[in-house]
Amino acid sequence: MTADRIFRGLFVLYLLAFVIYLFAPLLIMSVAAFNTSRFPTVIPWQGTTMDWFSAMWADAAMWRALWTSAIVAVLVVVVALPVGTAAALVLTTLHSRARSVAYAVMVSPLLTPGVVIGISTLILWRQVGVGGGIALIVVAQTTFIICYVMLMVMARLQRFDRTQEEAALGLGASRVMVFRRVLLPFLRPALLASGGLAILQSVENYNTTLFVRGFETPLTVFIATKVRTGLTPAVNALALVIIAATIIGAIAYEIARRRQVTARPRS
Amino acid sequence: MRDLYARFGGGLATIFLSLVLIWLAAMVLAPNLMMIDYALRPNLPPAQIGSEADTWSLDNFLYLANEGVHRAIFFKTVWASALVAALTLVVCYPIAFWMAQRATPGQLSIALMLVIIPFFINEVLRTLAWFIILAYRGPLNAVLQGIGLIDAPIRWQGDGGVLAGMVYAYILFMLLPIYNAIESLDRSQLEAARDLGSPTWRTHWRVVIPHAKAGIATGCVFTFMLAAGSYVAPALLGSPGSRWFTEIIYNWFFEGGDWNRGAAYALTLLVLCLAVVLVTLRLFRVNLTDVAK
Repeated sequence: MTADRIFRGLFVLYLLAFVIYLFAPLLIMSVAAFNTSRFPTVIPWQGTTMDWFSAMWADAAMWRALWTSAIVAVLVVVVALPVGTAAALVLTTLHSRARSVAYAVMVSPLLTPGVVIGISTLILWRQVGVGGGIALIVVAQTTFIICYVMLMVMARLQRFDRTQEEAALGLGASRVMVFRRVLLPFLRPALLASGGLAILQSVENYNTTLFVRGFETPLTVFIATKVRTGLTPAVNALALVIIAATIIGAIAYEIARRRQVTARPRS
Repeated sequence: MRDLYARFGGGLATIFLSLVLIWLAAMVLAPNLMMIDYALRPNLPPAQIGSEADTWSLDNFLYLANEGVHRAIFFKTVWASALVAALTLVVCYPIAFWMAQRATPGQLSIALMLVIIPFFINEVLRTLAWFIILAYRGPLNAVLQGIGLIDAPIRWQGDGGVLAGMVYAYILFMLLPIYNAIESLDRSQLEAARDLGSPTWRTHWRVVIPHAKAGIATGCVFTFMLAAGSYVAPALLGSPGSRWFTEIIYNWFFEGGDWNRGAAYALTLLVLCLAVVLVTLRLFRVNLTDVAK
């Protein structure tokens, strides 16, 4: 079976190439942040420096961009979590026929290209005199981020045992109380996880944000503009910091998700 | 509806319903309707808005159909996006098969982690990474020259760069649906095919791919849609000769100053994407519920 072994060897090589393909770009980008060269690259290596990190740190425009993105992300979470949860509850309570129609409408923002969401939002709000800016970025982003929250909450709702609600009602709890003390605690892990996902989606969004940003410059727009107008390794330093933060965030998210899978409803 | 009120009581049910209705009416339906309205109207100075000239027509769409450069870019975007989907499929299929059928549980959890981590990192940064690699005096050209494969550096920026950046950006959207589909394939079917003397390629063609076709369709549809609607990869990795349809749309809004025409172009893109999604899903009998996972 030598043919089999050759095949297997080739496949291991392919796996290896795939992993290199996944990580080499990120690695090269990160390492270039330490190169003295004015254009971010790794070849030729002109000397190791930390200067690009201080250059990035001293860049006031970068801090403004970060601040803009942070405000937007917080507002997106504040809007998307309640609406997404409400959508999940409405959808799971509906009956089959109405449900599939409602479902198609509710996931449609996920099937719409991001640029189109940005454009249609921009057009609608111009009618009432609202131009691009933080408010519109939040509106445009929540339009589709609500879908993600809805899907995650629905996934968790599928494992919810409705008899718990009936038991609480039978014991004399009001409907609001049942919602607050039975259903919300059950949904907590899904809400945490979808909050994390919403922040990530918001901060990393570019296609939608580009059209509704007005004169604001969120982080992704800031980076893309730098690439086109004058890229220095200071942007790589920023990228490295963001990558580190994202990986830490991803680990926290994964922990939250695992907890969601294993968590039992509190009685 | 009645169930909703019975379950949550009047106050909560009303709050839930209003939140959902506001979202669907003001954020999903109204913007799209207004975009259609814009696309059908001519671009007029403010004084003439509402006058007799301000009537619905297909002029903006006809402009796209007759303007040779824009039409060519539109069709290039369509087939290039299809090419991105096809390339991503070729790259991902072997990995997905290995993860679903061959990897041990330990290997699988490492593999899943390795493919997911890069996709938590923002698309702009991933594109920036390719911008650096593909630079004229960048690492790729240096390595290729170093091993003697090319004599002079190659200018990657342009169609090639855009393709490379996009395939990289959308791997996960292809890999996960196919992995999920192949995972549900019973391993004894593969063994049966082998015992009956089927060569590897035929087992894939006749057993694995038919079984995974829903996952393959889902992955391709999403990759196509994301590629066609992408702005960042063509903007950073493209060249003036490789413009993408989204860039034309952007220019109508922020350089050409003709929002009506821009709306018509955006609507064309939306209809294209929805048509591709719905037709493919219908052809492969995939339910919308299974897609949005």
